[in-house]
Amino acid sequence: MSPVRTTSAGPLLSVRHLETTFHTQRGPLHAVRDVSFDVGAGEVLGIVGESGSGKSVTLRSILRLLRPPTKVTGEVRWGDENLLDVSARRMRQVTGGEISMIFQEPATALNPVLTVGEQILESLREHERLSAAAATDRAAELLDLVGIPSPRERLKAYPHEFSGGMRQRAMIAIALASSPRLLLADEPTTALDVTIQDQILKLLLRLREQLGMSVILVTHDLGVVAQTCDRVTVMYAGRLVETAPVRALFTQPRHAYTLGLRLSLPSSVGRRQPLKPIPGAPPDLRALLPPGCPFAPRCGFVTDACRAEEPKRRRVDEDHTSACIHHDTLPAPSEVAA
Amino acid sequence: MTAAAHRPAVATDEQAAPSANAAFEIDGLVKTFPVQRTLFDRLKGEPKLAVRALDGVTLRAERGETLGIVGESGCGKSTLSRCLVRLHEPDAGSVHYRGDDVLALQGDALRRYHRKVQMIFQDPYSSLNPRMSVGQILREALGVHNMRPPKAIPERLRELLDMVGLPVDSADRMPHEFSGGQRQRIGIARALALEPETLVADELVSALDVSVQAQVINLLLELQERLHLTVLFVAHDLRLVRHISHRVAVMYLGRVVEVGETEALFHDPRHPYTRALLSAAPSLDPEHTTTTTEAVRGELPSPLRVPSGCAFHPRCSSAFEGCNVRVPGLVERDGRECACHLFDPDGAVAPASGVERRPEVRP
Repeated sequence: MSPVRTTSAGPLLSVRHLETTFHTQRGPLHAVRDVSFDVGAGEVLGIVGESGSGKSVTLRSILRLLRPPTKVTGEVRWGDENLLDVSARRMRQVTGGEISMIFQEPATALNPVLTVGEQILESLREHERLSAAAATDRAAELLDLVGIPSPRERLKAYPHEFSGGMRQRAMIAIALASSPRLLLADEPTTALDVTIQDQILKLLLRLREQLGMSVILVTHDLGVVAQTCDRVTVMYAGRLVETAPVRALFTQPRHAYTLGLRLSLPSSVGRRQPLKPIPGAPPDLRALLPPGCPFAPRCGFVTDACRAEEPKRRRVDEDHTSACIHHDTLPAPSEVAA
Repeated sequence: MTAAAHRPAVATDEQAAPSANAAFEIDGLVKTFPVQRTLFDRLKGEPKLAVRALDGVTLRAERGETLGIVGESGCGKSTLSRCLVRLHEPDAGSVHYRGDDVLALQGDALRRYHRKVQMIFQDPYSSLNPRMSVGQILREALGVHNMRPPKAIPERLRELLDMVGLPVDSADRMPHEFSGGQRQRIGIARALALEPETLVADELVSALDVSVQAQVINLLLELQERLHLTVLFVAHDLRLVRHISHRVAVMYLGRVVEVGETEALFHDPRHPYTRALLSAAPSLDPEHTTTTTEAVRGELPSPLRVPSGCAFHPRCSSAFEGCNVRVPGLVERDGRECACHLFDPDGAVAPASGVERRPEVRP
């Protein structure tokens, strides 16, 4: 794959060989290992995995939100720049204007002593020259866009006066103030009730249509992935183990971990029948990982080859990669369920 | 004008004769939490406020069944489970457990009740004493209730650890040495130490990753079969509730809005809130798009200002005249209880037919 692509046909964002290492008291923690993926224009890419799999760290690494001594290496190709190399000043332009991020917990991500309006204006002023009146108009427009009723009055409200769902809407409005081309969403609905989650996911999909924006959606919920993403990549122990279009991933997973995750959900067996959990627990990334596939100790399909050396990611189908030796012999979830 | 003033009598024939098969019979349970007012509010003469966490809950759980209790935050499901084990004292209403009046129990009788009805909490990190080893935690439970003579306790410890699938040497280890799923197993072992008849599980697996959730759910299913436990499974995860419950109760803002057999309820939800809740849950099948239908409108109202009449009416697309005035009672029809004026035989003018069974798809 050519390293630089600026034509409109190429991906909007290209991540190559991203590695992130934290320094802990118990030694280095390799949280993200050799992560490579693309995001196309107007695409919603899901990153799914369990806690500690490195999905949030990947997002934070892309935006350089992690401070030294945490080490981030690799390449984050944005236009003709590598975001990991650009100056702090340029990075500020990118995060203020081209890529925005929203977080799981809007209550802590918003500034409690500024009104919602002030926080949107702050973001607007950062990269657009608008008169005070025009900026207020634009801020009200943004609140309206994310579905907050009587936006003009709501500009004067503080975050604590909003409910959880409204705060998440306000955070999305702030993120949209810079008209980003890419939105990074880190578990944006995990803290919300299911009817409010439904509203926020539908809002994100509508905004993607209206604004032609790309989205990277980090989540642990396979249902959210199935309903909102175009493509999805599955993370385990800091690695991308499988990347595929959503339908392909759900009808025929090509990695044993993806299959295990899918089968551990209740819908794969009859009511009150035993579920099919994945035995054990994810590996402790602080310890030295054994050679071979990191999922091998929990895997039902494991063979000696899996333990010998870590399988490489390979292309197994059109737009479908997997790092599983047994990618072509795994059953479909529907077969196992039957 | 409070909503309670309009509340009609509910489930009249059921409360009269306690059935021999009922584990819990809950009737008209009310629990309010007063809200602290600032001095300024008091000087201004602001009225006293109270959160009405439970607003007349009527529900029964049969012996040996798993009753799922679902709803969103603030619906009162956790308050209800805490009232059942008397961690909260309700303001009004009654709870009967196998015929005993739970709210009147005192002294030894209350201790016996606490042994028979055990609660397992959501957060395995804060519900275990971090300074006690697993063995001490279990021995304490056994000792308080004199479950075994001292000589038999080590044997019982091994039995309990084995029952929940923990290695025998766990007894000497501290809670922080265990993962989340294992800690939840310790919580289950502590509850089982007392040989309870009933478990109240409040968001048992919500804090766990999906692959580990399945392990704990399997354990619960297996233990229930083996020990003939009654389980009240309080959760917000609809997929899990559907999987393990025999019957499901749906709560909204302190009231039970619908109760029914699990499969029937999931296939044919009647209450507009149940329908909204079920259709909001994202389907695991990418072919079956749930994102094209309209989301239910509005936010969950503050429990300080519960809407008048049916609490769901401001968000309900089937609401009609009268829904904002009268509180609908739980009415049984074909084995399903539903608190909605659409299904109320003597309700206000029912809207045009055909509304009842169709899921809400607005243009």
